Amino acid sequence: MIVARQIYAIVRKDLLLELRAREQVAGMGVFALLTLVTFNFAFDLTGADRAASGSGALWVAIMFAGLLGMGRAAAIERQQGAWEGVLLSPADRGTIFLGKLASGLLFIGIVDALALVLFTALFALPVLRPMVLLVVGLGTVGFGTLGTLFSVMAATTRAREVLLPVLLFPLALPVVISSVRATTLLLTERQAEVGPWISLLLGFDVLFLGIAYLVFGHAVEE
Amino acid sequence: MMATVRLGARQLGPAASESSAPSVPAIEAIGLTKRYGNRLALAGVSLRVETSECVGIFGANGAGKSTLLRILATLVRPTTGYVRCCGLVLPGQANEIRQLIGVVGHQTYLVDDLTVWENLDFYARLYGLRDAAGRIQEVLDRLGLGDRAGERVRALSRGLQQRLSIARAILHRPLVLLLDEPDTGLDREGRDRLQALIADQVARGGAVLLATHSVEFGSQVVSRALFLDQGRLAWERPVGKELAGELERQLRRQL
Repeated sequence: MIVARQIYAIVRKDLLLELRAREQVAGMGVFALLTLVTFNFAFDLTGADRAASGSGALWVAIMFAGLLGMGRAAAIERQQGAWEGVLLSPADRGTIFLGKLASGLLFIGIVDALALVLFTALFALPVLRPMVLLVVGLGTVGFGTLGTLFSVMAATTRAREVLLPVLLFPLALPVVISSVRATTLLLTERQAEVGPWISLLLGFDVLFLGIAYLVFGHAVEE
Repeated sequence: MMATVRLGARQLGPAASESSAPSVPAIEAIGLTKRYGNRLALAGVSLRVETSECVGIFGANGAGKSTLLRILATLVRPTTGYVRCCGLVLPGQANEIRQLIGVVGHQTYLVDDLTVWENLDFYARLYGLRDAAGRIQEVLDRLGLGDRAGERVRALSRGLQQRLSIARAILHRPLVLLLDEPDTGLDREGRDRLQALIADQVARGGAVLLATHSVEFGSQVVSRALFLDQGRLAWERPVGKELAGELERQLRRQL
């Protein structure tokens, strides 16, 4: 029960902070919008190409916007000095990780929703379907899990803006590939082939969640 | 006579000094070293702080005071050495130790864009405090911030932020206070409040470990002084008339 209350405290604090400062979601949303608009004008999207390029554009928008938001969130927390205050509390390191992950996923989830609506309007592809939403959800969890872990690690370094993508993307590659492939298959109406990709995505989510939960304590320790 | 700490007691209260359980030191550190790359920040420091005691750590910048306090606060893992707090051992019982300690550091540990009340409410939730609202009002009144609850931390002066940082540190009634330059930015009234708070902590059976440059402030509140020089414990003395002069001489020599 105390764990749930501590996670809620962290999410509530991050949400309050975002409502006051509006530094994360607005930046992430604008980035996602620009990415989707640019891709929409850059490619001649017809037929099957539209589904393949479209799913790539969608995931570029989601992942880079997520990267931007998570890096910024960790930097703000460090700058304001509250991060060590959280580490000084009796909350278990794993609980702190879950709290930060929950608030990170909340913000990326808002950007996901915005990106999906924009994507539907710009690319005229039916992404607002349960299976596509499931893939977007699983991809966001996998990417957000690694992002939460590495953004906290990178925030202690001077080159955090460079270090975060360098650390994150190689390890997130299985999630990126699975998400893009599953989305493309769904958008080209090849639902029968999507099962293995969703299983892979789910497997990596569970693996990354477990590892990140266990190593978070070491990652935040001096 | 030394008061005692009940093992497993979560918070400091009147009962803490009435227990008949055997006395354990509030802090016990043996052979602490901390190395950052090639630099040795702490070199084999051992210390013991009893309950109902306020111990001062003095030393010039870079002497290792903050590193020592950060190790005891569970923020930094020592390269070698052993730490026990109220009978609990680091790092295995770090979460339990964090429940027993209150820390004032160089940073305020406050969120600038939240209000005074929201900051304390956040920490009250992390510490799982019951009657959080009552306790928050109590510590705010204690630090003279009762009428500032709705103001954002960003809008407060440095001195008021420091008072709030102290309020945050005592919010969960810790048994042990680790104070690193707690008088930074405080005006006369703030210092008086801090001094009263330290005296109360000691009187109620708690312990205080205070790192400061201010010989004037330190010698008013500590009962024993430790002097760190280049990561080593140079000497240790009970407070007496000649202590302030000796500390001033040592600090000048180091500078």
